[in-house]
Amino acid sequence: MNVLEVKDLVKKYGDFPAINGINLEVKPGEVYGFIGPNGAGKTTTIRTVLGILKANGGEVKVFEQDAWSDAVKIHERIAYVPGDVNLWSNLTGGEVIDLFLRLRGQKNQDKKYKLIEKFDLDVTKKCRTYSKGNRQKVGLIAALASEADLYILDEPTSGLDPLMERVFQECIMDLKAEGKSIFLSSHILSEVEQLCDRISIIKNGKIIETGSMKELRHLTRSLVSVKTKLPLEQIDQLEGVKDVRLEDGVYQFQVDAKQIGEVMTYLANHQIEYIENMPPTLEDLFMHHYGKEEA
Amino acid sequence: MLKDNKLFMMMKVILRKDRVSILVWSLSLISFTFYVAIAMPYLFPSEADLMAMTQMLENPAMISMLGPIYGGPDYTFGAIMAAEMLIFTGIAVAVMNILLVTKHTRRDEEDGLIELIQSLPVKKTIPLKATLITYGFVNLIIGLIIGIPLELMHIESMDMMGSIVYGLTLSAIGIIFVMLTGLMAQLSSSSRGTLGLSFLLLGLFYMMRAIGDISSEALSLVSPLGLMMRSKPYVDNSLIPLTIMIFASFFIGYVAISLNMKRDLDAGFLPQKNGKAEASKYLSSPFGLIVKLQKNSLVIWAITVFILGASYGSILGDVDSFLENNSMYGQLISNINENGSVIDQFVAMLHVVIALFGTIPVLNMILKLRKEEKKGRLEHLISRSVTRNKLMTSYLTFAFLTSILMSISGAMGLFVAGNQATQGGLNFVKILEGTWVYLPAVWGMIGLSSLLIGIIPKWTKGIWFYLTFSFISIYFGGLLKLPDWVPKLSPYGHVPQLPVDSYHFTGSLILIFISAITIVIGISAFSRRDLDNPA
Repeated sequence: MNVLEVKDLVKKYGDFPAINGINLEVKPGEVYGFIGPNGAGKTTTIRTVLGILKANGGEVKVFEQDAWSDAVKIHERIAYVPGDVNLWSNLTGGEVIDLFLRLRGQKNQDKKYKLIEKFDLDVTKKCRTYSKGNRQKVGLIAALASEADLYILDEPTSGLDPLMERVFQECIMDLKAEGKSIFLSSHILSEVEQLCDRISIIKNGKIIETGSMKELRHLTRSLVSVKTKLPLEQIDQLEGVKDVRLEDGVYQFQVDAKQIGEVMTYLANHQIEYIENMPPTLEDLFMHHYGKEEA
Repeated sequence: MLKDNKLFMMMKVILRKDRVSILVWSLSLISFTFYVAIAMPYLFPSEADLMAMTQMLENPAMISMLGPIYGGPDYTFGAIMAAEMLIFTGIAVAVMNILLVTKHTRRDEEDGLIELIQSLPVKKTIPLKATLITYGFVNLIIGLIIGIPLELMHIESMDMMGSIVYGLTLSAIGIIFVMLTGLMAQLSSSSRGTLGLSFLLLGLFYMMRAIGDISSEALSLVSPLGLMMRSKPYVDNSLIPLTIMIFASFFIGYVAISLNMKRDLDAGFLPQKNGKAEASKYLSSPFGLIVKLQKNSLVIWAITVFILGASYGSILGDVDSFLENNSMYGQLISNINENGSVIDQFVAMLHVVIALFGTIPVLNMILKLRKEEKKGRLEHLISRSVTRNKLMTSYLTFAFLTSILMSISGAMGLFVAGNQATQGGLNFVKILEGTWVYLPAVWGMIGLSSLLIGIIPKWTKGIWFYLTFSFISIYFGGLLKLPDWVPKLSPYGHVPQLPVDSYHFTGSLILIFISAITIVIGISAFSRRDLDNPA
């Protein structure tokens, strides 16, 4: 049984297909990353999953129930943080968190207190005085303190400082340890890489790649910086090597993952003084996809 | 020199940003003043008309509302114009300045614009100085534009000096409120707080002079709104009150600027009160949230409607002689209804006015639903097992309660003041009945709003046009010689006018039925449509 199942989803705004036939599956206990640039359709997909928008085609099932018609039943088991957390300016953060928990019928407050402390939020301040990061914290605390089976988080760390981003990642790991499922949309790539079991990449309303980080990594190239005693004269003629640059005696180039072994042998023969090999980031994945389309 | 240039540049930016608001405000103020001045001879064609009006203006209830009337016993048009118009035009000018000055002080600071400017090689106080000076001049110019042409119209008894004093009095009250708002923006640390404090001052000044004008001259003189009346345009043309107000403005402006110099960005001088860390037990449902968010504005509206009722009620004692002597007002009322005594006709008209006015907060409450949707805050509720049905029903319930509260507070205001003015001639139950018969019409408006929210949400605000149309067609229908079917296009046109008409419940039932149907359709459409993406 999948926690979330999206089949051939189509969502149009007027004639414009914001989502053009996407498929997704989130399995129980899985942290699922949903990656794409702004305007790719991440938020639209999430809003359809939540029954805020009605699909024009295809099927969205959460806990094997229909996302639109069984929305309220589904929401009893979901916790959600929107991408842009807008709050009521004359309520305090504490009041908003309590309201949100009570609307789910939640009684247990222990988690709430722990999270408020962890995220270091002054809950006695009115929401109008909060920065974007603090509003995000209110949304996150209310969601993470909820007893849910599926957590849907839309760009959860936007506005958080690196320290709070760490706290957030810990919370996600805790939830994962408890066997909860998490659906995480982002364009902050490092957090997704570390947290997610699987990711999908969405662009222009279509999913262009799905898989584990390991599976996706083969599509990419490593970035190698190297300094050798002997000059690397033929480096740009090796198979799988691209974008060679020479700066202060340091060569920098990209290598297809498949060819990395042969390239290494070649480099070793030139007496390596210094070498750095950076794994592909999701930025590279993006670049790869955009590059492919432009070519 | 360079410093002056920067101030000048800031002023130009402010003028450019606000050119539309300044233009709209000034034109409305100016054209309204001209309109009344031109209408004056037509409103009071005979000595008797004039006498009736002045008798009413000499009534203590009217004095506490509008301020004293000077230049008796043989009042001129000019004197009546000043007594009738000056205080409320002055309040309008004050409101304009409170809104616009807050925008350029605290709001710009909240939006981070002031930080941007302060990071440039510009003196810290330049944005505030520029705002105060710019709006000082704007008020001066508005006053002059009102004053000079008023004289050029050559209305009898409205001479050059009087017209200029009239205009400058408005400038002076405007400038005082520029400075006061500037000062409040230093004390409070939010634009909401600045607005709140400034309006509180305005209300306080009005109350001070309302009490002062009937019991203590000194109290009136301390209030700028009382002091401005003492320039007595067209009668004494005294410049002393204006001079005092200008000096006071300079002083307040100076204090504001020195406080601005001393404080940190985003800080204020009033202590920031911390709120509650936990929600009260009532804040646990959409309805609880609506009550929590709207209760303050509900109370303010209830008081406003009460005051509206009371201010009409306070003239009930004089209304007989006034209406009999004034052909135009008489016509206005007899168009509402031709049967019954003059006072009954007048009361019948007041019921419509209270009902129409009381509809504003009711529609406001429903339209909040749409606003919350556009701000992306409904998502928080809907994603937490709240059905849309429940959500919309909560808003509608609150709107229904608002409509009942408004009709009660309007009726109470009318009764309390009217009973005093007529020495116990009113019956509260009768008055309440008169306002309550309009509730089905108000509920019709609720139904129509739900329909808009459910089916054509982008047009939701169109309900205001319908309310405006209702007001014009019913209130001015006779005066404008509109055909009889025009007021019938509005739900308010189908309500029997108590105490003149007799009550038929069929009309009410039809309105309630329409209201129920439209609400059901509205809710089910709302449950079936996409929510808007937050802007």
